[in-house]
Amino acid sequence: MSRKVMFRFRLYIAVNTQNSAQAIANLTALCRTYLPGRHEVEVVDVLREPKRALADGILMTPTLVRLAPLPVVRIVGTLSDPRPLLHALGLEPVAA
Amino acid sequence: MKPVRLRPVNVSAKSHTGIAGFDEITGGGLPRGRTTLLVGGPGSGKTIFALQFLVHGARDCREPGIFVAFEETAARVVANAEAFGWRLEELRRRKLFFLNAQPGPGLVQSGTFDLGGMLAALEAQIQLMGARRIVFDALDIILALLPDEAAKRREIYRLHDWLLARELTGIITAKSDGDETVSIGQQPFRSMLFMMDCAVILNHSVVQGVSQRNLRVQKYRGSSFSEDESPFLITRNGFEVAVARPLARTDVHATKERVSSGVNRLDTMLNGGYYRGASVVITGFPGTAKTTLSGAFAEAACRRGERTMFVSFDSECSEVIRNLGSVGIRLDRYVKNGLLRMISARSISGSAETYLVRIKALAREHEARCLVIDPVSTWSKSGNDLTARNVAERLIDWSKDEGTTLVCTRLLDEMSSPEEGGAPLQISTLADTWIHLSYLVQAGERNRGLSIIKSRGTAHSNQVRELILTDAGVTLADAYTAGGEVLMGTLRWEKERAERVEKEVTEVAGTLKRVRLDAEEAELEVRMKSLHVELEAKQVEKSLLARTTESRERELSRGRTRMRELRGADPAIPARRRTQ
Repeated sequence: MSRKVMFRFRLYIAVNTQNSAQAIANLTALCRTYLPGRHEVEVVDVLREPKRALADGILMTPTLVRLAPLPVVRIVGTLSDPRPLLHALGLEPVAA
Repeated sequence: MKPVRLRPVNVSAKSHTGIAGFDEITGGGLPRGRTTLLVGGPGSGKTIFALQFLVHGARDCREPGIFVAFEETAARVVANAEAFGWRLEELRRRKLFFLNAQPGPGLVQSGTFDLGGMLAALEAQIQLMGARRIVFDALDIILALLPDEAAKRREIYRLHDWLLARELTGIITAKSDGDETVSIGQQPFRSMLFMMDCAVILNHSVVQGVSQRNLRVQKYRGSSFSEDESPFLITRNGFEVAVARPLARTDVHATKERVSSGVNRLDTMLNGGYYRGASVVITGFPGTAKTTLSGAFAEAACRRGERTMFVSFDSECSEVIRNLGSVGIRLDRYVKNGLLRMISARSISGSAETYLVRIKALAREHEARCLVIDPVSTWSKSGNDLTARNVAERLIDWSKDEGTTLVCTRLLDEMSSPEEGGAPLQISTLADTWIHLSYLVQAGERNRGLSIIKSRGTAHSNQVRELILTDAGVTLADAYTAGGEVLMGTLRWEKERAERVEKEVTEVAGTLKRVRLDAEEAELEVRMKSLHVELEAKQVEKSLLARTTESRERELSRGRTRMRELRGADPAIPARRRTQ
């Protein structure tokens, strides 16, 4: 995969919950490690924008949606388990 | 967390489900503003139950509803419910909202999650449409994704509190696999069961190849409910729970009106016939004319112009009509003019419950006042042993409620005793009138006997009568008793002939005596006449004699006077001369 590809994420959270705080922290860490300088993140608070959540079919929070590159990928959870997360995003794990 | 206000549950605080029978069991429906857990195995009818609850709310109670589909897509749920005629598409526009919430096979999961997003989204939808009812169908699907028991419990709590705070009447359905008593005790059902105000368990089992569905209310906080398992069916109109007796309709009006049994002498034996609305059972061995007797009843009902339904489990309708025609019971004309509806129930298969529901629906459709079921004993066959009695009971209760006069026949096993037959279907004890048909084997003959074993509220004959079938109809003959034994058939005929001869002899003797007396009477009259004539002659003679004597006296005296004149010696004359 080209190193130039831009990653666009949208993270749906319910603000002020532990799960959401964890997800934000995990996503931030992921972007810093794997996608420095080539990512955009939009955070949607479902409590403030419930209609949007309904329209987008967001049921479980937190949910991360990768809008670009296509195809759209949805990942549910706090993003604390890196293995399925990296696999779904098509990123190679960095050897620890 | 916000403190949640809880109101005591009373009748007005119940949400009607619109499910026939269920509202009766629970005394009004599900607890309003509370959550009900609906547990059942695959294919047990959870989704239909829940959907019907929403449809009834949206259509009839002005309570819009939301269906959250975790398992099937909304489109499939709607398509599956198409058969029930609920017109979901029409309701979907404003009153019924389906939320697709399937996790999907491609779902990637990383770490734990919660239902906050869904609840927020639902919140918006509830505000939009003013929803009062909500269903979470197959919550177990989503719970299975959560990593541990604690997370599952947490989400159940979250959901429950959310529902309570919004005072939504909710149903959460969850699958149990196989044996409910085992799986119901497992997590996460256990915690749900403790938390929810009401729990309903659906059971689907197969007994000897026949499908049996049962529903049981496991708990219902703050309300009484029927604790027993109730059979239920999924019919054309949706879910239908069989209730032993509708609570609201205990005051059945008992009438004194009599309806003819179709056999004149049987009516006499019963002091006027069956009671209107009574249930009559005719028991007997094969070939004892049970069908004929019930056919006679149907014909009599049609002749009175009453709508009648005849359900045969044995034969095709045309066969029944032909066979009854051979004994002078002509049903074809009533079938033609629509009064009589013949149903061949050989086409209905399934549990006793199915039979009952079908027959009820058909009878209601036909508006039948009289109903014949021939024979009802079919119900206790094929894996229905346990439920058959219950079904028979409800059949009788139902017919009483409807005021339908019910005649059913029950086949007795040739091997069993004639009294109850030891069959599990003890309808005979429940019925108002019990007529027993039997064979009497005597002098190399088999004759049909009829006796009334019981007839509630009716003085009835205690005699066994002989049932005679001719091409002119059904009739009963007095049975003769001789030496403590009932005579039938040829023996009865012989006895009758002997009596006829005796009667003839007596009649002849009487006639002879009368003739003789007539002759004597005539003779006396003649004699009286001649004597009378003689008497008259004597009287004439007597009066002649008197007259003769008188005239002779006169003649004599005249003669004397003349003689004296002739002699001139009358002293009176000289005296007269002297004065001159």
